[in-house]
Amino acid sequence: MSGRITHHPILPPTEPATVSFTFDGKTLQARPGEVISSALYAAGIRTFGRHPKDGGPQGIFCANGQCSQCLVIADGRPVKGCMTEVIEGMQVEPCLGLPVLPSEDDPPGATIDHEVEEVDVLIIGAGPAGISASVELARAGLSVLLVDDKAELGGKLSLQTHAFFGSIRACHAGTRGINLTGKLAADLPSLPNVRTWLKTTAIGAFVDGTVGLVRDKTYVLVRPRALLVAAGAREKSLSFPGADLPGIYGAGAFQTLVNRDQVRAADRLFIVGGGNVGLIAGYHALQAGIDVVGLVEALPKIGGYKVHLDKLRRLGVPIWTSHTILRAEGNEELERVVVAECDNRFQPVPGTERIFEVDTLLIAVGLSPVNELSAMAREAGITLYEAGDSAQIAEASAAIFSGRIAGRTIATDLGNPMPVPQQWERTGAVLRSRPGKQFPLDLTEPDQPIFPVLSCVEEIPCNPCTQVCPLGSISIPDGSITSRPVFSGSCLACGRCVSICPGLAIRIVMPGTSPDRALVMLPWEFDEVAPGDEVTTVDMEGNEVGIGRVQAMRRRDDQNGRAMLLLDVPKSERMVVAGFRLQAPEEGRPLDEADESSETDDDPIVCRCERVRKSEIVAAIRSGITDYNVLKAVTRASMGGCGGKTCRELVMRIFREEGVEPRDVVPATIRPLTTEIRLDLLAGLADDEEPKS
Amino acid sequence: MPSYDVVVIGAGSVGCPSAYFLARRGLKVLMVESRPACGQGQNKAAIGGVRATHSDPAKIQICRQSLDVFSSWKEEHGFDLGWKKGGYCFPVYDERLEQTLKNLVEAQQRYGLNIDWVDADRVKDMVPGIEPRGLRGGTFSPDDGQVSPLLASEGFRRAGVALGVEYRFNEPVTDLVVESSRICAVVTTKARYPAKMVLVAAGAKAKAIGAMAGINLPVTPDSHEAGITAPVAQFIGPLVVDLRPGPEGRTANFYFGQNNEGQIIFCYTPKKPLVGEDRRPTSEFLPIVTRRLLTLLPRLRNMVVRRTWRGLYPMTPDGVPICDRIEGIDGLFVAVGMCGQGFMLGPGIGMNMTSVMLDGHPEIDPDVFASLRYDRSYEAGHEALK
Repeated sequence: MSGRITHHPILPPTEPATVSFTFDGKTLQARPGEVISSALYAAGIRTFGRHPKDGGPQGIFCANGQCSQCLVIADGRPVKGCMTEVIEGMQVEPCLGLPVLPSEDDPPGATIDHEVEEVDVLIIGAGPAGISASVELARAGLSVLLVDDKAELGGKLSLQTHAFFGSIRACHAGTRGINLTGKLAADLPSLPNVRTWLKTTAIGAFVDGTVGLVRDKTYVLVRPRALLVAAGAREKSLSFPGADLPGIYGAGAFQTLVNRDQVRAADRLFIVGGGNVGLIAGYHALQAGIDVVGLVEALPKIGGYKVHLDKLRRLGVPIWTSHTILRAEGNEELERVVVAECDNRFQPVPGTERIFEVDTLLIAVGLSPVNELSAMAREAGITLYEAGDSAQIAEASAAIFSGRIAGRTIATDLGNPMPVPQQWERTGAVLRSRPGKQFPLDLTEPDQPIFPVLSCVEEIPCNPCTQVCPLGSISIPDGSITSRPVFSGSCLACGRCVSICPGLAIRIVMPGTSPDRALVMLPWEFDEVAPGDEVTTVDMEGNEVGIGRVQAMRRRDDQNGRAMLLLDVPKSERMVVAGFRLQAPEEGRPLDEADESSETDDDPIVCRCERVRKSEIVAAIRSGITDYNVLKAVTRASMGGCGGKTCRELVMRIFREEGVEPRDVVPATIRPLTTEIRLDLLAGLADDEEPKS
Repeated sequence: MPSYDVVVIGAGSVGCPSAYFLARRGLKVLMVESRPACGQGQNKAAIGGVRATHSDPAKIQICRQSLDVFSSWKEEHGFDLGWKKGGYCFPVYDERLEQTLKNLVEAQQRYGLNIDWVDADRVKDMVPGIEPRGLRGGTFSPDDGQVSPLLASEGFRRAGVALGVEYRFNEPVTDLVVESSRICAVVTTKARYPAKMVLVAAGAKAKAIGAMAGINLPVTPDSHEAGITAPVAQFIGPLVVDLRPGPEGRTANFYFGQNNEGQIIFCYTPKKPLVGEDRRPTSEFLPIVTRRLLTLLPRLRNMVVRRTWRGLYPMTPDGVPICDRIEGIDGLFVAVGMCGQGFMLGPGIGMNMTSVMLDGHPEIDPDVFASLRYDRSYEAGHEALK
């Protein structure tokens, strides 16, 4: 698995890789501005170093600067590969064990002193919630400093190539994440009282009411009257034998590689977790030309939106509900995963093991709020608000409302009253709601030649189809955004509903080339077919229907980045054909034989940073430890680079397995910093660009 | 309720080793602690440096005992406390300090301390990359070292458990019962524990505990802040103390070392004490301490800070601990006011207090130990090397 995505059906083309650098002596190429980790993945390199404790292979895990498992030595300096841009001629070496500090002994230059910046509201996180809040606050006349650690606005929206749900008016439903930021932030340039600092990391909150920000290469203290933490969420992790192998990481890291950096990070991918994040990541993988071998979900039913699930099923991805990951295997890097059926207590059922050959496994088992800074701010007595996923995990559309409401609430609290419309609270709550009831698909044929089929059978908060039909023929009878839309009236086959439906759940049926044929207009977000191709047609849920032929493919700028595809099918199948297979069934087949030559240690790593195994944590708990802080001291779990962000929940789960209820565990103390920061940045001495010897 | 030979109040730097040494003499020992586990107060805020390099004779001798305990712990108990025998180095850049320290070295050597003045090249060997301009040399005491405070309290707890020490956590002490000029029980929020003897090792809370027995323990906490980096390969042997005041006008000395894990752990002494029990992080600590670090050792610029914290120094008016039996209350003993050095003094204090409580005299020279007595003037004297 290696290479770059040279043509993506949704994303714009990227610059060619023209920056030369070396890794372990080999000359490689990076794209301008690309980070080391992505350039290495593009070259097929997944092992970046060796852990000092046991020599375990290290590579990408968070791809977000939060852990230090992608540590490499760049021009002699230990750096996080995912946060360090490649520069021409850079010599990168694997980090083998503890890094040796380079002898850069020239005295530091002059230091820069800064005044404390005063601002009405400091917003941490320029995702949908942070941007929406800053717009409201600026309209209220307050000064706002909006900061984000990434190089561009939008937070995780910039990784989301798919269209979002909700309503067009309330939250730009139907817009792709990558395009949503621009709409949300459209007013920012005209609001002079909002300053935006990108590449800026909030590292701690202090007793004098200041928040420490590392802005690119400078350390700045800001004293806000109110702090809004809208820092989003991070992915939960799982612990199972082999989970530490390079090639296993979160869906967010995957989207960073594939959608931000357009690196074809895998050939054959497996996914754990059937929430929206896992389902969407699978779809993104297929768009990147990566085979999705399967997806397991421990619950009997997929938790994400049915439309996301159906997209994968139609394209040919096997979905294994009531299945769990048992182990990952491979010599130094991931080569196989073993899954098994699980019972209603999530225990694997013996004899149901299946082995799949894959090179990459995505962990998508839920999100946790990023709230370390909130805890510090609370302790420091700073007036604190939270919005978006930092307050409650939900869709981006809900984060927009959460941000708007937080913005107005803060404005009011700071003396510039901005009433929150009651409807906002309601809309926000609706957008946060879990998927509701599912109904059987209504296959009644309307008495007319052209009509849309709405395969929208689950109650989710979404209604853009009702807002785009030029004839007003699609509506929701009871007016509720979570109810299902219905068609009544006539259809022009204009395709607007097809191109806007975030769930790809609308198609238009029209007369075919002969009385026993029909044409079905489908949305298509891939490149792999051309007019004349024969395809295996499937129904909404991916069950095989028959053979169809691609009659025409229309690409136009006003189709939301989608192609409109006309599929010629037998008339008898016109109501059920909802798509066609992209991926051959063989891709998702397990291996026939179990390979017993597994090198995987049965005792899983729980704390990846310090490579602490489950047995060590169990032994500590059985020795009577109920104070997480003592557990840290004795095992070193949660003492590493990420500060326990990844393993804390896993350790708490082990406490529970061992019969210690979480409420009886003394929680780990959270102290600055939120992430590791170079000493010279904090000292205000970062005056040297080039390493000196 | 069974009666205990000793109730130790406070499972911290002093209490944990004290309970262990008392139990080793066969006593029935109970430890009561307000926090949920051992070492969760100021103990874990210590940076873990252990030196016998002091100017005060009592501290020299007590810390030598501590060093013996820490350095032999793994061999004796099979539990690694993160001991690193890297010594302490005080690099010197000005003539006056050179003279002061050279004079002190002579005195320290007389008390049996393994310490010497070394030249600039030797300092540069031990602390590679140290600012060479103006470096005159420094003192080096090779037998000093570093220990993980996190592991030490756990090590003492395990050894204590093995000897039958009982631990009661989450039990703040609410009263000390004194009858007929004799201590007879410790009362906590949960129970009353009859005891023949009580050792108060309550660190920053000593004053309040003392008041329960009607004695005035003049202990007032102030705070110091510290931090730790991500690990790198070992390159600094000794713990380094720069005695110069900072050019920023806010710091007295500062010190740092590389622990057994390879992490640099660092701290400074504020010029003006931050009196009180506030342990929340200050905004000035990181910019100031990183400048001092990079000015002295520029190559640290490539390291990353991982975490900072603030700990309390339970200060006495004269900066000297109080380790004594309390006249007029039989059975009441105190080992408090460690002035920020409780971690390095702890094991030695534990050994000496055990001896004071059971044998009526300390292990070290009683005349020297007498400088720690409760009944003293507390007028600030001159401690050349705090």
